[in-house]
Amino acid sequence: MKSERTKGEVLLEIRDLKIEGQSDDVWHEIVKGVGLTLRRGEVLGLIGESGAGKSTIGLAAMGFARPGCRITGGSIVFDGMDLRKASEEERRALRGSRIAYVAQSAAASFNPAHRIIDQTVETAVGHDVRPRNEAEADAKDLYTRLKLPNPATIGNRYPHQVSGGQLQRAMTAMAMSCRPDLIIFDEPTTALDVTTQVDVLAAMRDIVEQFNTAAIYITHDLAVVAQMAHRIMVLRHGKLVEEAPTREMLTQPKEAYTKTLWAVRSLAMPERTAKDVVLRIHDVDATYGGVIKVLENVTVQVPRGRTVAVVGESGSGKSTLARVITGLLPPKKGEVYFNGKPLPRALKDRDKETLRRVQMIYQSADTALNPRQRVRDVIGRPLEFYLGLKGQERDRKVVELLEQIELSEDLIDRFPGELSGGQKQRICIARALAADPELIICDEVTSALDQIVQEGILKLLLKLQKETNVSYLFITHDIATVRAIADEIVVMYQGRVVQQGLKTEVLSPPHPAYTELLLSSVPQMDPDWLTHLLEKRAAAKAKVKA
Amino acid sequence: MHPLLRTVLQRLGLGLITLFVVSLIIFSAIEFLPGDFAKAILGQSATPETVEAFQKEIGLDKPAHERYLNWIGGVLQGDFGSSFSSRVGFRRSVMEIIGPRLLNTLFLAGITALVAIPLALGLGLLAALYRNSIFDRAVNAVTLTTISFPEFFVAYILMLFLAVKFPIFHSLSNVSADMPFFEKLQRTALPVLTLTLVIVAHMMRMTRAAIISLLASPYIEMARLKGVSPGQIILRHALPNAWAPIANVIAFNLAYLVVGAVVVEVVFVYPGIGQAMVDAVRSRDIPVVQACALIFAVTYILLNLLADVISIATNPRLLHPR
Repeated sequence: MKSERTKGEVLLEIRDLKIEGQSDDVWHEIVKGVGLTLRRGEVLGLIGESGAGKSTIGLAAMGFARPGCRITGGSIVFDGMDLRKASEEERRALRGSRIAYVAQSAAASFNPAHRIIDQTVETAVGHDVRPRNEAEADAKDLYTRLKLPNPATIGNRYPHQVSGGQLQRAMTAMAMSCRPDLIIFDEPTTALDVTTQVDVLAAMRDIVEQFNTAAIYITHDLAVVAQMAHRIMVLRHGKLVEEAPTREMLTQPKEAYTKTLWAVRSLAMPERTAKDVVLRIHDVDATYGGVIKVLENVTVQVPRGRTVAVVGESGSGKSTLARVITGLLPPKKGEVYFNGKPLPRALKDRDKETLRRVQMIYQSADTALNPRQRVRDVIGRPLEFYLGLKGQERDRKVVELLEQIELSEDLIDRFPGELSGGQKQRICIARALAADPELIICDEVTSALDQIVQEGILKLLLKLQKETNVSYLFITHDIATVRAIADEIVVMYQGRVVQQGLKTEVLSPPHPAYTELLLSSVPQMDPDWLTHLLEKRAAAKAKVKA
Repeated sequence: MHPLLRTVLQRLGLGLITLFVVSLIIFSAIEFLPGDFAKAILGQSATPETVEAFQKEIGLDKPAHERYLNWIGGVLQGDFGSSFSSRVGFRRSVMEIIGPRLLNTLFLAGITALVAIPLALGLGLLAALYRNSIFDRAVNAVTLTTISFPEFFVAYILMLFLAVKFPIFHSLSNVSADMPFFEKLQRTALPVLTLTLVIVAHMMRMTRAAIISLLASPYIEMARLKGVSPGQIILRHALPNAWAPIANVIAFNLAYLVVGAVVVEVVFVYPGIGQAMVDAVRSRDIPVVQACALIFAVTYILLNLLADVISIATNPRLLHPR
């Protein structure tokens, strides 16, 4: 069925597209002559690292360039109309009604001030496609098709009142409301948990098929694009690397770059055991505001010089656990022992030496680094604060740390804004390392990074562990990362520990129900993975009912 | 309880506490003023006996805390006490003196608000819509110019052109309570215009900045990609999220209209409360000064409360918790 779609009438033809982006008042070419052809009902996957220009191309397909970008060359012909030559009014008439857009973060892309239904029908009413009452009825129908709970009333809620997965589906409904010919999906599931992602992917794939809508599916996740696209284009640095039908691309990638993308997930460290326990969390309960229980009877151990991965979806209490360990959230019940001694429960009761031993690295290096501090001060500050180093001695140590994290000492006077994402995260690692800690809590440290950059960071963390015998508590939702780095795994769900043990134990069956759900939800490179998974789950459900 | 109602009650409670503290400060500040009120009023030649008698008459012989309690007790019952200009057999209550003045001030402030707020909002929205255009620059430059001149200068310039050279309006705004509404309007036109020129810039620039800071949000890009027109993007998608900062600036400027309009009142001889306070300070009519100060404090507190309520009422996260 999929192959028929690659033969229909041409809907979108982009030729030799050139787009420039502005940085520091200089225009750089970020898309360097890319062409693509899309037929009615076909789903094209655009894949590449960040900076490959895939989102920029996706937006250009709507004749849109973000502020600070400009389309400088080529043609974008949508159903016979060259969007570059069309007036802004003509393009605006097209947007939303014939070409729709589904953004990465639904939570940020919904206007917080309006109810979901009002935003869903806005395009249909605004473009005079149908009157408001019909549009609302249609929106409810779409909510039903997208398997949103309470489709009749969910639209009356405000965006902050529903979950991320539900919002993402509501945004798909919003895109569908005018029955467009083309939808641009821009990393629509990247911000979602794997368990949620499965349902959203299935819902999007179904609805696109039902209405025979063409789509451009932009992602950095190969396994995801394999489920969605009929054809895949690999992009790098604003250029096309290669293009092929999905199955062919997965089985016989031609270019070297594509092969590295495919191979990047192969990092897998054998687990090691250890007796000496650095951190022991014993039977901890934690609440927010004394009412909402977020951790219940949690007991976790971290051996010295080892990595314990804490996995679970958002809301499972992973990050709260980190807050309890660091003292930001004193536990309601239970104790946290460090080197056998109980840690003071609250941050303010801990002395400098205790603080020094536990350090933290955050998900977003952008917000974790002060944009007004140079690298020298970012890394130098903990050296001064914890170890009392000053002047030249401090600078020497900063250079040493830069070497350790495999960055050039030339970067010492840069501001965070002048570094790449991967470099910034390395600076965060160096800042944690500067305190010479015994335990580093890594909270989703690779989630915001490209896969190739992720691999570099993970390798660095492993190397540093070998050199300094530091222990990691590695909080993540990504099973591939766990495979790569963990010795032990703790699976959490709704504030409780579901399963814990050595990596091989946890990853090999039989699993408890939640671990099973979590592991099976991780997308595989097989293009039939989603179909098979859904069939299997439906069958299991039918069995339970019978 | 509804979160909005709870916050309003909370803020009202806080406002009352603030008012109490302010009343203490007002009272003690006046207490610490140098000089003898009785002597100042009766003149240098007064004999010690007359001074004592006068002090007794107006209650100045009692200890400070007793006088404070008397005063605040009266205020709680709506009685701001008697003016020092009262004489035996001829009591002038403070409310009698400032009541009509307060009404005049509220009238002037109200009319100015009706003109200035829509004007500032409209200009701010248009400037945001056509940001960096000639229009935007012109509006910014003009409003910045008017706010940069001292009020009395703007007032005299307007008077010169709109009352003297081209006698369209009255240069004196000596309104009285029995004047017909329309004539009142006409007479207050120049002070309204002056005050408008003074406060529009602040509100307009905040509106523009609040809107523009939101234009980089993902939901604004989403609206563009949905084909929403530029005007609708500003009105429907940006403005509802920008009310909080705008309301705060508007509240601040409205308070200024009540509290800070003294200069304009003096220039146009407008019988407002600001002039009343200045006169009272000059004649050492302490009860009147205290009452004015308290009214100003209430104005600030109420307007800020209103701004808080607007901030909450326009934020669905607070209005409709999960």
